[in-house]
Amino acid sequence: MAEIRLQDVRKSYTKGVPVIHGVTTTIADGEFIVIVGPSGCGKSTLLRMIAGLETITTGEISIAGRVVNEVEPKDRNIAMVFQNYALYPHMTVYENMSYGLRIRRMPREEIRSRVERAAKILELSSLLERRPRELSGGQRQRVAMGRAIVREPAAFLFDEPLSNLDAKLRVQMRLEIQKLHRSLRTTSIFVTHDQVEAMTLADRMIVMNAGRAEQIGAPIEVYDKPESLFVGGFIGSPAMNFLPARRVGDDADLGGGVRVPIPPALRAAAPQMLTLGVRPEHLVAGESSGSPVLRFQVENVEALGADSLLHGIFEGHAVVARVDGHDTPPSGANLAFALPPERAHFFDSSTGRRVRPAAG
Amino acid sequence: MVENRPWLTFFAHAILIVGVILVAFPLWVTFVASTLTYDQIIHVPMPLVPGDQLLENYSQVLRAGSQKGSAAPVGTMLLNSFIMAMGVAIGKIGISILSAFAIIYFRFPLRNIFFWMIFVTLMLPIEVRIIPTFKVAADLNLLDSYAGLILPIIASATATFLFRQFFLTIPDELAEAARMDGAGPMRFFWDVILPLSKTNMAALFVILFILGWNEYLWPLLITSQESMYTVVIGIKRMIAGGDATTEWNLVMATAMLALLPPALVVVLMQKWFVKGLVETEK
Repeated sequence: MAEIRLQDVRKSYTKGVPVIHGVTTTIADGEFIVIVGPSGCGKSTLLRMIAGLETITTGEISIAGRVVNEVEPKDRNIAMVFQNYALYPHMTVYENMSYGLRIRRMPREEIRSRVERAAKILELSSLLERRPRELSGGQRQRVAMGRAIVREPAAFLFDEPLSNLDAKLRVQMRLEIQKLHRSLRTTSIFVTHDQVEAMTLADRMIVMNAGRAEQIGAPIEVYDKPESLFVGGFIGSPAMNFLPARRVGDDADLGGGVRVPIPPALRAAAPQMLTLGVRPEHLVAGESSGSPVLRFQVENVEALGADSLLHGIFEGHAVVARVDGHDTPPSGANLAFALPPERAHFFDSSTGRRVRPAAG
Repeated sequence: MVENRPWLTFFAHAILIVGVILVAFPLWVTFVASTLTYDQIIHVPMPLVPGDQLLENYSQVLRAGSQKGSAAPVGTMLLNSFIMAMGVAIGKIGISILSAFAIIYFRFPLRNIFFWMIFVTLMLPIEVRIIPTFKVAADLNLLDSYAGLILPIIASATATFLFRQFFLTIPDELAEAARMDGAGPMRFFWDVILPLSKTNMAALFVILFILGWNEYLWPLLITSQESMYTVVIGIKRMIAGGDATTEWNLVMATAMLALLPPALVVVLMQKWFVKGLVETEK
């Protein structure tokens, strides 16, 4: 178990193309960190730098207080689970799981007990003599995790481990990873592009975009207070609605006569051109006194059962509202939605950053 | 085709049978000739049923060759051929798998240039470089030795290329997983690459063994003592030139013997051979 520190970690490939623009964070011992972002944002690169599979251009990575920039992956005391499992096809499950230990010349008895313990946790005990091609996707994934567990490393690194599984299995494995982390309490870094995995697994998450850490925080914090338009749009499904607004006095004018009051704390900092964000689940069907009201025609309805997504256009911008599944209006209906001002997020249109209360 | 047309079946079989006869008939003639006496064989037309000299002819050539042509025993030649074919096949596989491993898994300066240099030698058949190669072999005192038979033709661009293509299909994550597990490069090679290459190696072995066994030009140049002849050279030397008579029955017996080992290798390794060529699962 160990703390992992990233100090202004940067990476650029030859020809000077930067891919990681300086990430600084400290991952506490036993913490489960999820790095989430769209493909190509550098999240896997960052993980591979921690693993030692990619070189670090500048900055410093330390594991358990030791700077590991120049340390070989095998000496970093970490274990990694790969997206395509990367099991050795010609070895049995037992051999796959014990390979790292055999290389380290651990006594045979110790290897056996460790593998058996891990197999028991992962319910692989009856499969130890099988080869990877005789296993299902979920079982292979568990073997890959078993291979990491038996090493008893300081940290687990997961590189999109669930994205090769079908939807149902993904949910199940997600729960198992959660359970596993609760029982082992090993520092874990988990890379994914799936914001649901990020929300459900993370103690804290790092939202990455184009090589930058846009926001680092607990899932609910990131959900409630997205630091930027990107984070607001990326976390939460369906994505947050964004409506451009002009500042008129102490209100944000959305057009069509709709004005949302800007909270007093933000008034000093709010610029002229704003983007107002509101999550689909926070639009309340019907008019309620005291709240601004958005009216739009429902063009598409996606009924999901528990709730329904209503798609429409407000002042030329796509808007989605989430309503109870039993109260679904037909498409074509003209509806009013209350926008509770306390649920509105204000972003600076020019920088894309959240408007923060002015300092002091 | 899932069709049931009797005449089509008949036609298809007829063509196949004709094909088999075309291929097999010369072999049959060779076999029959190797069981006849010299007098029977020069009698026109030659009989097409086996004679009673099978044991005599074969034991004669194995021990003492042909008295009229080269008298070297074919037994030694078979051994020479076998050593050469095994040496060439195993050597080629060993060298090319290592060079392909280096080219794929190590980053070193001029890596691509080295690969292309190897690749370009594919275009140079042994005949093109045979004079300089002979000169080098002669200067190194390799004439009339197993080393001389094997070493100069032991590097194979084709095999290197095939292994390279195979390694490219092995996911990078496997190498990375091995690194995380603590396996050094050679450990990874030994524990992962070699077992995964088994079927490819077997397929290549079959091809290279036959190539080595049938190699004609190089042994012809490099050997001058009868004790170092390979069997393909031996056959040629048994055919006496000029006015001397050639004991065709013995030549044919030698040909049959020369044919056996490659055929055996193919038959015994057929399963692996096919697997190596078609297997896709990694």
